[in-house]
Amino acid sequence: MTSLPATTNKKLGLVIDLDTCVGCHACVIACKEWNTGGYGNALSDQQPYGANPSGSFLNRIHTFEVVPEDGQVIDQSTEARVVHFPKSCLHCEDAPCVTVCPTGASYKRQEDGIVLVDENKCMGCGLCAWSCAYGAREMDLAAGVMKKCTLCVDRIYNDSLLEIDRIPSCVRTCPAGARHFGDLGDPNSDISKLVEERGGFDLMPEQGNSPTNKYLPPRNRESLAATLPQDEAETTKDITKTADGFFGWVDKTLTKLGSENNQGES
Amino acid sequence: MSAEPILNLDEPVGDEVRKTTCYMCACRCGINVHLRDGKVRYIDGNRDHPINKGVLCAKGSAGIMQHYSPARLRAPMVRTGPRGSGEFKEISWEEAMTIAVDWLKPLREKPKKLAFFTGRDQSQSFTSLWAKQFGTPNYSAHGGFCSVNMAAAGIYTIGGAFWEFGTPDWERTKMFVMFGVAEDHDSNPIKTGIGKVKKNGARFVSINPIRTGYSAVADDWLGIRPGTDGLLIMALIHELFRTRKIDLDYIGRYSNAPWLVIDAPGTENHGLFLRDKEGNELVINAATGRKVSRHKKGVTAALTGKIKLGDGTTARPVLEMMAEEYLKDEHSPASVAETTGIDAKTIKGLAAEIARVAFEEEIVIEQPWVDMKGERHDKFIGRPVSFHAMRGISAHSNGFQTCRALHVLQVLIGSVDVPGGFRNKPPYPKPISAHPQPHTLMQPFLPGQPLAGPHLGYPTGPEDLLQDVEGVACRIDKAFTWEAPMAVHGQMHMVIANAHAGDPYKIDTLFLYMANMAWNSSMNTRGTIEMLEDKDPETGEYKIPRIIYSDAYSSEMVAYADLILPDTTYLERHDCISLLDRPISEPDAVCDSIRWPVVEPEREGHAGVRGFQSVLLDLGVRLKLEDFVDLDGKPLFKDYEDYIINHERRPGVGPLAGFRGRDGKSEGRGAPNPEQIERYKENGAFWKKKIPMEAQFFKHANKAYQDFAVDMGFFDEPSPVVFQLYSEELQKFRLAGQGLREPQPPEHLRAQVVDCFTPLPSWYAPFEEAGVDNSEFPLHALTQRPMAMYHSWGSQNAWLRQIHTKNPLYIPGPVCDEHNLKDGDWAWVSSWHGKIKVQIARMDALNDKTLWTWNAIGKRGGAWALDAKAPEATKGFLLNHLISELLPPKGDNRRWSNSDPITGQAAWFDLRIKIEKAEEGGTVSEPHFEPQKRPGNPEKTPIVLRFGQEWTK
Repeated sequence: MTSLPATTNKKLGLVIDLDTCVGCHACVIACKEWNTGGYGNALSDQQPYGANPSGSFLNRIHTFEVVPEDGQVIDQSTEARVVHFPKSCLHCEDAPCVTVCPTGASYKRQEDGIVLVDENKCMGCGLCAWSCAYGAREMDLAAGVMKKCTLCVDRIYNDSLLEIDRIPSCVRTCPAGARHFGDLGDPNSDISKLVEERGGFDLMPEQGNSPTNKYLPPRNRESLAATLPQDEAETTKDITKTADGFFGWVDKTLTKLGSENNQGES
Repeated sequence: MSAEPILNLDEPVGDEVRKTTCYMCACRCGINVHLRDGKVRYIDGNRDHPINKGVLCAKGSAGIMQHYSPARLRAPMVRTGPRGSGEFKEISWEEAMTIAVDWLKPLREKPKKLAFFTGRDQSQSFTSLWAKQFGTPNYSAHGGFCSVNMAAAGIYTIGGAFWEFGTPDWERTKMFVMFGVAEDHDSNPIKTGIGKVKKNGARFVSINPIRTGYSAVADDWLGIRPGTDGLLIMALIHELFRTRKIDLDYIGRYSNAPWLVIDAPGTENHGLFLRDKEGNELVINAATGRKVSRHKKGVTAALTGKIKLGDGTTARPVLEMMAEEYLKDEHSPASVAETTGIDAKTIKGLAAEIARVAFEEEIVIEQPWVDMKGERHDKFIGRPVSFHAMRGISAHSNGFQTCRALHVLQVLIGSVDVPGGFRNKPPYPKPISAHPQPHTLMQPFLPGQPLAGPHLGYPTGPEDLLQDVEGVACRIDKAFTWEAPMAVHGQMHMVIANAHAGDPYKIDTLFLYMANMAWNSSMNTRGTIEMLEDKDPETGEYKIPRIIYSDAYSSEMVAYADLILPDTTYLERHDCISLLDRPISEPDAVCDSIRWPVVEPEREGHAGVRGFQSVLLDLGVRLKLEDFVDLDGKPLFKDYEDYIINHERRPGVGPLAGFRGRDGKSEGRGAPNPEQIERYKENGAFWKKKIPMEAQFFKHANKAYQDFAVDMGFFDEPSPVVFQLYSEELQKFRLAGQGLREPQPPEHLRAQVVDCFTPLPSWYAPFEEAGVDNSEFPLHALTQRPMAMYHSWGSQNAWLRQIHTKNPLYIPGPVCDEHNLKDGDWAWVSSWHGKIKVQIARMDALNDKTLWTWNAIGKRGGAWALDAKAPEATKGFLLNHLISELLPPKGDNRRWSNSDPITGQAAWFDLRIKIEKAEEGGTVSEPHFEPQKRPGNPEKTPIVLRFGQEWTK
C-alpha cells in the first residue's frame, strides 16, 4: 500500500465550466495527442481501423440528457437538456487509487498534488482503476500499465515551452474557454475565485475523495416569455396593428430626426 | 512514504516548429506543426493567428492521424475492373498525365462535354480560371449542396453574409441569436465566440429543432419545426413593426426603405424602382415632398407617402409596402405558433428582448467618421444584437427567402456592421454591381476558346440567365436557368443525375476533385452509384463515359473513377487562402494565408502524390491553355507555388495580398514578390493588416473604409452597399413569370416563379412537405455534423473514429412511445423515395416531430482503409438514401429538382419520413453495400497503433 502526503504545497487542478462546454472533444484529442508522445508509454489504439476500435484516452466527454428537477428551462414543451461532461482524473486529496496501489507506482506529488503513475513500478494489476469512483484511469493494453491524466506535468514545468504555454494541453486548446487550470489550494488564485463566484462543485462528494478538480454549473436562465412585460399585448394605446398607425409614428419620428439631422435641399 | 521519482519535465516538444494552415475542415485555423525526427509529433493552434488565436478543435489536433492515415493514396491509378469494384493498377505520373490529356484534348473542340466540379475546394479562384481557360461552362464547387442560400441571400441583401463574409461582434454583443447550427462554418470562432458571450453575460438564444452542442448551452432553446424558420423570423418582424422598434434613421440612410417603388400592376415596370433619366433611384424629400435622387446630399428621405407619376400610376417607399405586408395578421406570433411549434408568448418575448437589447443597451464608440455622402458623424452607434445561421435554415427549398428574412430583420434593428451587431469582413461588403454576371459559351460558339467571363456570378434579372433561345440550359447542372435562376454557386448535386439522364445533354468526361459523390455528398446515394455504373445497352459504354478524380484518400468515390490523380495531405502542399477566393479576414483586419509542405510528400516504393493544383496547372500547360503558357507554348508557372507568387488577376493584384512589391513592403496591390511565400512562412503562414479605426464600422457607407478597400485592391472604385430590404432582382424574375418581361419562364415553371420570387421575404411550405401526404409521412429527419469530425473523411482517423464509430437515429420520446421503441431497437424509416433500416436511440431534447442522426458517419466497408466489418459500415448509415435529388413525380414526366427554386440549393432538410419498428434481431443497417476493394497497392493497416512510442521515456 502507498501513502498519501499529509498535505501538498499546491493543489493544482482543473475547473470545467459546464455552462460553456459544447462537447466538441477538442480537449480529448489534444490530450491524446500530447500524451501519446509524452510522459510514459504511448496511448495505444487497438484495431484502429478495424471492427472493434478502442484506445487509451486520459480525458473523455460523456454526453447525456437530463430533465432538470427545478424545471428552469421553459421555452419548450420539453425541458430536457443535453449535458456535455468532460471527465479526467480529479487529482483527489484523498485518492484511494494511491492508497490501494500495491507497488507504490501510484502516488500523489507533495509539491503540487498531482496524482501520477510511475510506470516503472506499475505491474498493471488494475486495483487503482477499480478503486476510482470516477472511472478516470485507463489500462493501456499495449503497454500493460495504467495511464491517467498527468495534468500535463511535462508541459506545466517545461522550460522549453513559452511561459504562456505551460498549461495542460486540454486547457490550451479548448476553443470555448470552458477549461481552467491553476492552484485550487490558493484562495486568491483566479481559478479559486472563479469557483467561488460561480458556485463550483465537487463531483460525487459523497464518495469522500475530496476531488481537486471542480465543475461550474449552468447559469440560471429565464424564459423569453417571462421577459415580456405584464399584459404587454394590451398596452397598445397608440400601438395599433394597422399600417396607417405605423405610418403616423414613422412621420412623427422622422420629423424629429430630420430636425436633429439636416434641413434638406433648398 | 517512498521518495517520489525524479521526472524529466523539460523535454522539448520537437526539433522544429513549422507554422501552416489547418485543413481538417473548412475553418482554416493557423497551426504549429511540431516535428521530431522528421515526423509530426504534435499540432497545436497558432496564438497569433486571426482565426483561432491559439485554440484548436478535435479535428485539428487529430491531424497527425489524418496525415499518417493508411487510406492515403500512393500513386496515380487506372481502373482495371468494372466501376465500383475497386480494381486499379498503379501507374506513373507521366502515364497518368498522358491519359488525361488524351481524354481532355479532343474536348476543347466541344468543351461542354467536360464537366469539372470541385468539392471542398479552397482554391476556387484557380480551379475556375482553369475551367474558364478550357472553355467549358460546366464548373462549380460544392456550394450548391452546401449553404448557397445563406451566402446568396446575404450578398443580395446586405452585400455580405455569415462566416467568411462577416461575423457577430463577439466582443461586444449583448444578445446572440443562432438559427440551426450544429457544427458548421466557422468551427472554432463560433465556439470561442460563445465562450465570450457567456463570459460577458450576454444572452444566447438558439433556434434549432435539436438541442445538442451549441444549443445545449444556450440560455433559451426554441425547438422549432424544420423549414418554418422563415415564419418565425417574419413574426419577429411583425412584432418590431407593431411595437415600433425599428431604427428609422438607420434604414433611411443605409437601406432601400425610402426608395420609391412603382405601383403599376400589369406593366413591365410594376414593382421596380422609380429612377430618373440617369438611372438614379428616387426618394421623396421629407422636407419638400418632392422626389429627388437618393444620392442627393443633405436630404432626409421620407419613409411614407405617395407620388403620382405622369402616366396616372403612383410610387411609394419600400417601407410602406413592408409595413402593410408584415403587419398583416398572418405574420402575427399567434398565427405562426402552431406551424412553427413555438408558442406565441415565446415569439413575442424574443422580439421584445431583441428590441430591448437593440435600443436600450445601445453601444456608443466615440470615433468620428464620414459617410459616403460626406456627412460627418461623431460616433459609431451599435445595436448589440447579433445573429448567426448556416445550413439549418439554408438547406430547405424555402431557404433563400428565409435567409433573406433574417438579414432584413438585422437591418430593421440597425445591427449590420455596427458595434455589438454583425460585422462584415473584408473584402465584404460588396454590392451586386461589383460582382460579375455568370458567363458561358457566347454566341457565336468558338471552339478551343476560353469563356468570355467567370462561370458564376450574380444575375440581376431574367436577361442574365444562361440558356439558349429554345430555353435549353447551357450548363449541365442547369444553374442560371428558370429552374434555378440565381444559382450563384452552381448545382453540383445535379451533375451526375443530369449527365446520366442526358438532360440537358450528354457529357464525355466528368472531372471531380475532393467530392465524395458516390457516397455522402450525393442525394439518393444508391441511385447515384447505379448511374455511375450504368451502361448504354447499345454501345456497352458507361453512360458517363469517363471519370477523372483527384482525392488524397481512398474514399468511396475513388472506386467509381477511371483515372485517379492522387493528391497530397494538407501538410504536404502549397495553398493560398486568398482574398480572390474564400478569405479569412477579421472584421477589423484584412487577412490571407498559405499552406506549404511542412513535411515532404513521400510514398516510398510508389509513384507518389502531387498537389492537385500543381497537377491541374501541368494539365493546363499540356493542353496549352492561354493563361498558363507563353506564346511559344512554354509554361508560365513552374507549379502552384510559382502561380501563387506570380499570377496577377489584375495588374498588381494576385492570389496573396501581403508582402507584395519587389521589396515585399506593398500590401494589397503591388508587383509580384519572388520572396512572398518565404515572407509568409516567417510571419506564421498568414498576413494581416489592421483596418483604421474610423473605417471599422458601417463599412457599407464609410468613406474611410471604401478608400481603404480601393487601396487594398478589393475594387477599383468605392463600392458602397445599400441594404436591399426590397429585392428588385426578384421582382424582375417575377414579372417575367407573370408574362410582363422577357425572357419568360416555360409554362410549367411560371407559377413557381410568381409564388416564390417575392421581392419582400416570404414563406412557403417546403416542396417535399407540399408534395407528399403528410399524414403518411408525419415526421422530419435531419442530419447534424458532429463537431469532432464534421467532414466525411474523419472515419479513417484512428482517434476521431473512436468518438463517432456509428450513428444511431435519435427519436423524440413521444414517437418512441408511440412505436414501442427503446434504445438499441431497429426501425425501418421510409420517405416517398427510399427505405432504410437503422438502430435507434431515444432523445427528449428534440422537436417532437423531428428525428436526426450524425452526418456522414456511415461508410462503405473497405473505403477509407476501414475493415469490412467496421461499425461505420455495419451499424452506421446514411440518411441520403431517403433523399432524392428530384421531387416526387407530378405526373408531367418532368424531372423537378429537389432544390430551392431561386438558388438551386439542395433541399436536404425538407425530408419527410415515417417510422416503424423492425423485426427483432437486426445486426446490420440497410441498405448494406458489399465492401469495396482497397484500390492499388494499399498500405497495411496496423492491428495496434502506438503512435509516439519511440519518443516516450
